[in-house]
Amino acid sequence: MAQMNELATLVKELEEQLVICTRCGMCQSVCPLFEQTHKEADVARGKLALLSGLMENIFADPDGVNQRLNKCLLCGSCAANCPSGVNVMEIFIKARAILAEYKGLSPVKRLIFKRMLANPKTFDALTKWAGQFQNLFIKNEANAQGTSCARLVSPLLSNRHFLPMAKNPFHETLADLSLGKPVAGYRPDTGLRALFFTGCLIDKIFPNVAHASVRVLTHHGVALTIPQGQGCCGIPALASGDRETFTKLVDYHLDLFKREKFDVLITACATCTSTIKKLWPTIYKNPTSGVKKQLDRLSEKTMDINQFLVDRVNPDFFKAPSRDRENNNKGNPSELVTYHDPCHLKKSLGVAEQPRQIIRAAGKKLVEMEGSDKCCGMGGSFNLYHYDISASIGNLKQKNIADTGCTTVATGCPACMMQISDMLAKQKRNIKVCHPIELYAQSLDEN
Amino acid sequence: MISQSILSELKRIVGPEHLLTEREDMLTYSYDAAVLDSQMPCAAVMPGTTQEIGKIVSLCHENRIPITVRGSGTNLSGGTIPEAAGIVLLTGRLNKILEINELDMYAVVQPGVVTATLAAAVEKKGLFYPPDPGSQAVSTLGGNVAENAGGLRGLKYGVTKDYVMGLHFFDARGQYVKTGSRTVKCATGYNITGLMTGSEGTLGILDEIILKLIPAPKARQAMVAVYDTMDAASETVAGIIAAHIVPATLEILDNFTIRAVEDYSHAGLPVDAAALLLIEVDGHPAVVAEEAEKVEALCRKMGATNIKRAETDEERDKIWSARRSALSALARLKPTLILEDATVPRSKIPEMVRALQDISKTYRIDIGTFGHAGDGNLHPTILTDRRNTEEFKRVEEAIEEIFDKALGLGGTLSGEHGTGIAKAPFLEKETGFSSILFSRQLRAALDPHNILNPGKITGVSINDEHQTGQN
Repeated sequence: MAQMNELATLVKELEEQLVICTRCGMCQSVCPLFEQTHKEADVARGKLALLSGLMENIFADPDGVNQRLNKCLLCGSCAANCPSGVNVMEIFIKARAILAEYKGLSPVKRLIFKRMLANPKTFDALTKWAGQFQNLFIKNEANAQGTSCARLVSPLLSNRHFLPMAKNPFHETLADLSLGKPVAGYRPDTGLRALFFTGCLIDKIFPNVAHASVRVLTHHGVALTIPQGQGCCGIPALASGDRETFTKLVDYHLDLFKREKFDVLITACATCTSTIKKLWPTIYKNPTSGVKKQLDRLSEKTMDINQFLVDRVNPDFFKAPSRDRENNNKGNPSELVTYHDPCHLKKSLGVAEQPRQIIRAAGKKLVEMEGSDKCCGMGGSFNLYHYDISASIGNLKQKNIADTGCTTVATGCPACMMQISDMLAKQKRNIKVCHPIELYAQSLDEN
Repeated sequence: MISQSILSELKRIVGPEHLLTEREDMLTYSYDAAVLDSQMPCAAVMPGTTQEIGKIVSLCHENRIPITVRGSGTNLSGGTIPEAAGIVLLTGRLNKILEINELDMYAVVQPGVVTATLAAAVEKKGLFYPPDPGSQAVSTLGGNVAENAGGLRGLKYGVTKDYVMGLHFFDARGQYVKTGSRTVKCATGYNITGLMTGSEGTLGILDEIILKLIPAPKARQAMVAVYDTMDAASETVAGIIAAHIVPATLEILDNFTIRAVEDYSHAGLPVDAAALLLIEVDGHPAVVAEEAEKVEALCRKMGATNIKRAETDEERDKIWSARRSALSALARLKPTLILEDATVPRSKIPEMVRALQDISKTYRIDIGTFGHAGDGNLHPTILTDRRNTEEFKRVEEAIEEIFDKALGLGGTLSGEHGTGIAKAPFLEKETGFSSILFSRQLRAALDPHNILNPGKITGVSINDEHQTGQN
């Protein structure tokens, strides 16, 4: 019990943030997990009560709370709708860190985070190695989503339809790119210098999103720099409470970016953007005042690619109100696109209109699905530990997508792209999954 | 504590995944939205069918185990805080809309259906379910019926009790009781439907609810009237009612609330105004036009310095979202928020408003006043930090004085939040002891083992003098 006392003291760090919750229960109306289970421990109000319980030292061990705290998509729907403005995300991530530091990470997580993720070079090498052998174990399904499934029954993969590792991860093709050279004749240089942060999933599974981003940014006259040797933004480690690996990764990137000159940091991954913007400055443990300043400045500079294009690069062009009418009059129903709002874009950063404007600028007819801003159920490692619930949430999403009659669903987050691909493939839907920026890049090549 | 064999029996009834007993889960069912001490139950069960509810109630009756039903736990008077030796019955899986009858204009629902879900479903069919409690996005209809929930439209459209046509429920012994009907009129038997509505889970456990629906109004006009003094605004409220105009909604916001809302939502409210009235008339287009004229003229006559009508749907939505954000905006100011709902006859609104201002000064506490002025139901909202024991003591004294004042004006302790635990000790002040005794006797006769949400409404002493001898 003496030790639980210690934990109670650690959780007290969160007290001022915890007391803001008035237990009004409004979070129940938006929590995708609660919608499935109807259990109070699954919704923010319940989890906040459990943390208060830890603080009051009423439990014999931390395992029950830890387990319930980790059963969360970290989608932030609760925080975005909280009347009292409880900073739920920050509380949950800090609490996960406190509990992980108190209990210690599991051996598997230690191996993955500390040995692999924390060292971008090792991580790149290992994923490349895995990519070369993947075809021994998985088979391509030749469907619209381009997913694969396990050749043999595998407890690890279950009945997932997943996207295989790319043959050529983006970072390996960097040297061949002619970066920062605007395409002549379209519009003059914007004078903006952007650093592109690739992110693991885009680098290793969706390199085409990165290529499309480069194509679009150079087309619009943005001077681009993409430093070699980038790693992970740190969110997987952080979600498991590994603040040490997270901090190591942040330090690594601060150092990497120091040599570059840029006005904005762009990512095409909703989760990376939201992590760099919101979590790097707040969760970094005990930063020196110098580091704090760097993190705050970087946070201010960080932007989602859709938002950057629409709000900063060429607002007049992308926000042209006539575009929707033009697209609708084209009468090409084969090009119906619907858009899924990633939680980390809309709820975390308030970016919702811009990706839609990019889709319209690509000449597509946009149809809205029911509940476009409802979580897809991915939630990072939530999908690994609670695949059944993740899949039932995702199934609602794929149904809403299919109900629009679209041929393509676009979304601004590679993690959502994976989940939605899995769900659509399961139902054998003939609907493609892509990033808005891919649609726009495609339209540039077609014209 | 509940014995292992009873827990096994509960598990057999609902299935292992729908029985919760771990301490962590019990903590999450120990509170609701009221500022009261929490209390962990022994177990929580989540039945999925009528049969399962019946079996649970019978089992609890035989073994004298208290049951507290919980919908979304948004109760503001502690009605869902359970007994230490009892169980919580969760309605989360009982969430189906069983029927929406367009021809006869009624709906049949299970108790776990969320209020806003039903409202949206009937709206799609051109019908209207008016009761709209502030928590409608999460609150359940079972909870609304049990608490007789109100909302912004109480003035013209009434509250939940005005829409409950019939109920199916289990009594304390686990027997199935049907009351009311699907007809507009029904004169058979006692009006048990009326008795059950607002009974806070102390007389039976709901299984099915038949709700009245009405045609959606064809037109509506919202407006905002600005005032220099709270007095002039509250006199206008009384004046509108005295002129026998019944708007759908007639809400007041004081300066404290206006500033909080504006800081939070940037809706463009005049932060210098001492008070605002937010008014909406609805119905037939011709009537709406005429009433809007009358209301506007009356507001001007009674001192409104400015009146703005909503010209578009967007402007209208802006007005009501500003009003709906009042509680949220206030909640951000301090850790603890206590939302009171003492209600007075409408002609007494000016006096009640003055009293609240005095009480705020006397006890040196922050009170934001807003609410359904048109139906006499104000929401003095006290902002404090429960950890500050000295201030909290003053808050408790202030609340008692608010109660006394409301009763002194011929009002009631609660317009829409219910008695629960929070107001049970004060009920005698409002009704007198013989009225409480009547309720206790009724309850003891229907629930001899006192298993249905003990401790709520009729006070905690039900176990002693009045109940013994009647078992």
